Amino acid sequence: MRQSSFQTPDPDTRLILEKGGTHFANRLIAPLDTPTIDFQTWFGLANLRAEKPAIPDLAEPEVVRHYTVLSQKNFGVDTGPYPLGSCTMKYNPKVHETLAALPGFANVHPLQPDATAQGNLALMADLEKHLCAICGVDRFTFQPSAGAHGEWTGLLMIKAYHDSRGEGYRNVMLVPDSAHGTNPASAAMVGYEIRQIASGPDGMVDLNALEAALDERCAGLMLTNPNTLGLFEKNIGRIAALVHHAGGQLYYDGANINAILLQTRPGDMGFDVVHLNLHKSFSTPHGGGGPGSGPVGVKAHLAPFLPAPDLMKNPTGSYSLEYERPLSVGRVRSFNGSFLVLVRAYAYILANGAMGLREVSQASVANANYLLAHLRKAYDLPFDQPCLHEFVLSGSRQKELGCSTMDIAKRLIDYGFHPPTVYFPLIVKEAMMIEPTETETQEGLDGFVEAMLAIAEEVKNTPELLHNAPHPNGHTVPISRPDELRAAKDPVLRV
Amino acid sequence: MSNIPNDLLYAKSHEWIKLDGDTFLIGITDHAQCELGDLVFAEVAAVGKVLKAGQVIGSIESVKTASDIYSPVDGEVIESNSTLGDKPEQINEDPYASWFIRIRPAQPGIPTNLLDAAGYKAMIGE
Repeated sequence: MRQSSFQTPDPDTRLILEKGGTHFANRLIAPLDTPTIDFQTWFGLANLRAEKPAIPDLAEPEVVRHYTVLSQKNFGVDTGPYPLGSCTMKYNPKVHETLAALPGFANVHPLQPDATAQGNLALMADLEKHLCAICGVDRFTFQPSAGAHGEWTGLLMIKAYHDSRGEGYRNVMLVPDSAHGTNPASAAMVGYEIRQIASGPDGMVDLNALEAALDERCAGLMLTNPNTLGLFEKNIGRIAALVHHAGGQLYYDGANINAILLQTRPGDMGFDVVHLNLHKSFSTPHGGGGPGSGPVGVKAHLAPFLPAPDLMKNPTGSYSLEYERPLSVGRVRSFNGSFLVLVRAYAYILANGAMGLREVSQASVANANYLLAHLRKAYDLPFDQPCLHEFVLSGSRQKELGCSTMDIAKRLIDYGFHPPTVYFPLIVKEAMMIEPTETETQEGLDGFVEAMLAIAEEVKNTPELLHNAPHPNGHTVPISRPDELRAAKDPVLRV
Repeated sequence: MSNIPNDLLYAKSHEWIKLDGDTFLIGITDHAQCELGDLVFAEVAAVGKVLKAGQVIGSIESVKTASDIYSPVDGEVIESNSTLGDKPEQINEDPYASWFIRIRPAQPGIPTNLLDAAGYKAMIGE
């Protein structure tokens, strides 16, 4: 078993609000040497609390210990391999944190006059130029907070585009059956009827099924390329032609763009709208709930519908935020989105350069195929072809022996790995979706292979090790298997 | 091996259909509930809803995934099993008693796109 780099955490499970007492040692704040005032005279009795606020009385080292222990219970890219398919859990260079914390970025107020935030607006304008070049589109908005928010924003623009042409009757959005669940959800939020397109036996969009689904009500098709099986939709040219011929727009879900960075561009494949997850593909800490950033890029014909305000370069060379946009879908987020995520993405693009980003996609594909070649010895591979940045195994063989994919995922935690995405995509039974990313080391990849092959043997010989997994060990595994059924059905959200 | 009663008809999308006079009862098969795992949520179409074949008559969520349930025929919902929403686990416990809706088909007769028990059994590879 891999050796852990974790420290043994404190078994104390109290919340910070339950800790503390009357400690007066270790206080770093000096006693007041100014006269105290009489609060009652100053503020009036009615405005004073009857009781002191329930702020725990803790010394600084106690606070530091509390949060350090909590952080050690968390599993992240910084603690071990994290092959969570479609989530692109790549390592995030620490220099980004230094840059995002620079006072000129971190301390700017979103309501400051444009004239006093020119450097930040210039960064956004330059980042937009780079993202347009990477994606093959003409404009970007940085307002959306994350991927699904970007999908919704992009679809609003498609709807506004059809409406502006008097084609508001286009109310059907096509979505392949291998799509990310957010795609049909976002389309439903915009008011579209969802029409699902079946995948063919090769895992690609079935062209006959697509053709049959196209009619005058088609507003567009949402596609991920490479798709959620990690396979490149090789018929994308034909797909784009069919959808455009039917009057629909083509939406690119950028969740998997890590696989094709600087190899090909969504705009060149025929996509009209693209969203990116800067917090995944362009390296920002994520997975803990944000902040994310899901900018949306469009071809020129959709640019009038971009959210307001829009970033404009004035004839004098300065930048300003333009609010007068009559065709805009409106504001979709306060201020300028997650600005500090933009700073990190900008740093990532400049540090890598074009050649570096090309190596990112090459290495992510090489790493995934390395794992695929080893793991197919013990697990089923329903769509048997070389993959791009991720691939999908099936645990069907193990299920027949009495161990489900969920058991395998839980057992991986015992081995010190974050489990892959499981039971997705829906078109693969007992699915395990594995994406190592380009930043995983050879040692990390080999360790994952070793663990997965060992688990496949355990399925045959000691299945109870999987059924009971994970096994709390006081450090890498803090808890046993949670009751997911009760957590979903009877959540206790407030004690 | 899942339970596939002989007196029911089956859709390829894993619904069972019980012919009951001039109406159909619709639910999901034992195989479907087994694949989905423990159900935590169920929602059914409201009475009075007029549907085309292939349209959604309900949605379910398990700890693993979410799925829609489809109508195999054109028709009108004349009864809707609201107890499923309160106790979705009854679908796991007894899928053939846990009907979602009763539908009155727009056309009389048995839809030709449905399978019998043997056909469904072959389709799911059992």
